[in-house]
Amino acid sequence: MVTNVGSLGRTGVADFVLQRVSAVVLTLFGLCVGGWFALNPEPTHAAFVAWFTAPAMSIFATLALAALAVHAWIGMWTVGTDYFRPHYFGRFATLARGVWLGGTALLTFVYVAWGLAIVWRLT
Amino acid sequence: MRVSLYRYNPDTDAKPRMEDRELELPQGKDLMVLDVLELLKAQDPSLSYRRSCREGVCGSDGMNINGKNGLACTTPVSEAAPRGKLVLKPLQGLPVIRDLVVDMTQFYRQYERVKPYLINDEEPPAQERLQSPAEREQLDGLYECILCACCTTSCPSFWWNPDKFVGPAGLLHAYRFLADSRDTADAERLAELEDPFSVFRCRGIMNCASVCPRDLNPSAAIAKIKTRLVSDGI
Repeated sequence: MVTNVGSLGRTGVADFVLQRVSAVVLTLFGLCVGGWFALNPEPTHAAFVAWFTAPAMSIFATLALAALAVHAWIGMWTVGTDYFRPHYFGRFATLARGVWLGGTALLTFVYVAWGLAIVWRLT
Repeated sequence: MRVSLYRYNPDTDAKPRMEDRELELPQGKDLMVLDVLELLKAQDPSLSYRRSCREGVCGSDGMNINGKNGLACTTPVSEAAPRGKLVLKPLQGLPVIRDLVVDMTQFYRQYERVKPYLINDEEPPAQERLQSPAEREQLDGLYECILCACCTTSCPSFWWNPDKFVGPAGLLHAYRFLADSRDTADAERLAELEDPFSVFRCRGIMNCASVCPRDLNPSAAIAKIKTRLVSDGI
């Protein structure tokens, strides 16, 4: 049976707001990075690193990584609780949904950890 | 005219089947789909479907007509089957009792969940609770629903989570009471709907508005409920 145990915000309202706020953050981050390339038609690696590693940009990138994790989890949890039904998977529906959400959690963790290592130069 | 009918009798059939019939329609008249069913039933009395008022008021004969949910009594054959083949199936997403008759229990259970009646904890006035014309106008497009289930059974979110997602018809009624100036249970009603499934499984694909035989827009009512939930939550 589908339950809301994996719901990030615990209520539909919180999930709804988190999904939209995270979408706005990701859009702004995308526009910011895209804008830098638009303003620097011949970018160099050194110039990009200098801009991207500035403290304000590192904080913004961290915020974008958090938004990515939140947005991905809410979206994938919604997909998982919609499509992984006994109608398609029989008695393995809950197991299939667990694998789907476990994979999502693992992939999200890897992306966020990898992203943080890049942004904060932890390697 | 060729008519393809969904047939299933749980007492005799192992599984459902489509049955093709040829039917001679009277010339010079654009029959309704219900008229075709009546002609077919005259040939084969075992054919089962629900019907009552035959004028789009009772909501009994909701069914899937050439891929789109609608009322058999108000859907002209010429509109439903312009190429001359009529395909009739039961409403999707609900258990079939027999032929075109579905078990509406789950649909009514979700309807019941939204407490579709006026709640007012204030002292009743001597005569009646009055509304201004502007307050009354807020109910237009909401109270006309006849609970035919055409919208709810065309909604994938209801197919996937029929026990948790209220569905377009139930949510239209939920908003009908949220919008009613005489109702004082807004907080209670909204609290019942704030979980991740009851309202928020609506993805706004608008199948409900597309099939409603009364031209209502449950999708708009759902959007207003979401707005109320979010504004009250923030």
